[in-house]
Amino acid sequence: MFRSLFALLRRDLTLALRRPQDALTVVGFFVVVVALFPLGIGPDPEFLRSLAPGVLWVAALLAVMLSLERLFSDDYRDGTLEQMLLVPEPLGLLVLTKTFAHWLITGLPLVLISPLLAVQLNLRADEIVMLMLALLLGTPILSLIGSIGAALTLGLRGGGVLIALLILPLYAPPLILGAGAVDAVMHGASAQAHLSLLGAMMVFALFATPWATAAAVRIMLD
Amino acid sequence: MSERSIQWFRFTAPANFYDLAGRLVPWFAALTVALFAAGLYLGLVVAPPDYQQGDSYRIMYIHVPTAWMGMFLYVLMAIYAAIGLIWRIKMAEIMAKAIAPTGALMTFFALWTGALWGRPTWGVFWVWDARLTSMLILLFLYLGYMALHAAIDDRQRASNASAVLAMVGVVNVPIIYFSVQWWNTLHQGASITVTDAPTMATIMFVTLLIMTLAAWMYSIAVVLARARIEVLERERKASWVKERLEAET
Amino acid sequence: MMEFLAMGGYAPYVWGSYLVMAGLLVVEMVQLRYRRRSLMGWLRRMARLTDQEAK
Repeated sequence: MFRSLFALLRRDLTLALRRPQDALTVVGFFVVVVALFPLGIGPDPEFLRSLAPGVLWVAALLAVMLSLERLFSDDYRDGTLEQMLLVPEPLGLLVLTKTFAHWLITGLPLVLISPLLAVQLNLRADEIVMLMLALLLGTPILSLIGSIGAALTLGLRGGGVLIALLILPLYAPPLILGAGAVDAVMHGASAQAHLSLLGAMMVFALFATPWATAAAVRIMLD
Repeated sequence: MSERSIQWFRFTAPANFYDLAGRLVPWFAALTVALFAAGLYLGLVVAPPDYQQGDSYRIMYIHVPTAWMGMFLYVLMAIYAAIGLIWRIKMAEIMAKAIAPTGALMTFFALWTGALWGRPTWGVFWVWDARLTSMLILLFLYLGYMALHAAIDDRQRASNASAVLAMVGVVNVPIIYFSVQWWNTLHQGASITVTDAPTMATIMFVTLLIMTLAAWMYSIAVVLARARIEVLERERKASWVKERLEAET
Repeated sequence: MMEFLAMGGYAPYVWGSYLVMAGLLVVEMVQLRYRRRSLMGWLRRMARLTDQEAK
């Protein structure tokens, strides 16, 4: 069973590497959005610093959301997704594998690029470490919750905009916890509680969302 | 045998529902009018002004009931959606869809009246208080549910897909509420403290109760009326629709 | 009467809440009635058409 899941993971990653512009667009979007904020707010370093956790998190959240549409749509269009319904492995696990691949392609680059942007917004080293840690725990949650939205909008006109409306409200808890963790470090408090809750949320999402996504895929392919 | 009973259920239940709801709606409508009349009279005329907030507290009589309704209707919608999805009961699907607009409207009222109550009480229309913020997110959840339902052309697929969304939403509502609450206590910078309604006099409590009942009756009446329309739309080819059509002319 | 309408100086807030709510509730009910009427009209037309075809 793990071999076929691994094969699926490798296939998704190979496809993504063959078209690197998709992943790069997401990172580019993240960078541009963060770069635009100071233009709207003003260059005051202290002020930017205090806004940085929220800005970085909201930008990351929007970047993940933008990438969600492609999570299933290519496989949906060429019929691969329909084939997956026939595979003996549970659809939930297949979906989870695809979501994991999606996170490796879009979420992980965001985590890796975030220190650069954090430096631009004048975050200190310990805050940057916390930001990366929080994003590392948080972006998988974003991908997991997002996969439900991606599945529910399969084959719909204007699916991308609809995903935003369906998914963004559900992103409130990870946003609060993730940005809050960085904020806590910034104010000299411990971010332990934030990270534990974020971790708990990730575990919960890991077990709960694949089944919802699988149900949604079945419904939309029905 | 079991197959037959399912068939029976499928084809007759909508017709039964249509007739029953048609008989119930006027009663609930009458109750709504009576309760609103009593509640408004008590709330706006009889109840004395609050010693702290003056007359502005009277907004509470619609703010609190609509907020309760907004939250409760979402849970109810998710329950109906789950029943419809799991047991494939068409009427439950229709009820879930019929609840959404009224629930969204109630949530909007709670936000609107909350803002107008906040202005004289806290000096601002909007505070990012835990309850207001989670109500706002609840409104977005309703809008997402309705948007998804509207975006899918196939009726069956639309109800199944939005049922999944409603269930995901209802699991998230407490998580959202607690995280927002937590976020709010961490950011308690401003001097605004959001307290509950001041200790209530009996008359205030009775009025609130009546207004809550009125909101209930209104929601039931409107949801049933909307479900009747939905059921007609979905069953337009069934023979019972034609019978009812001839009977009602 | 004027005193009642003034709501102790909070008239815009109190009446702004109550009237907007009343207005939107009426809109919801009118919209439902309109939707029902147009649906009934459509169903009748369809029924008439199928009757004609049957003849």
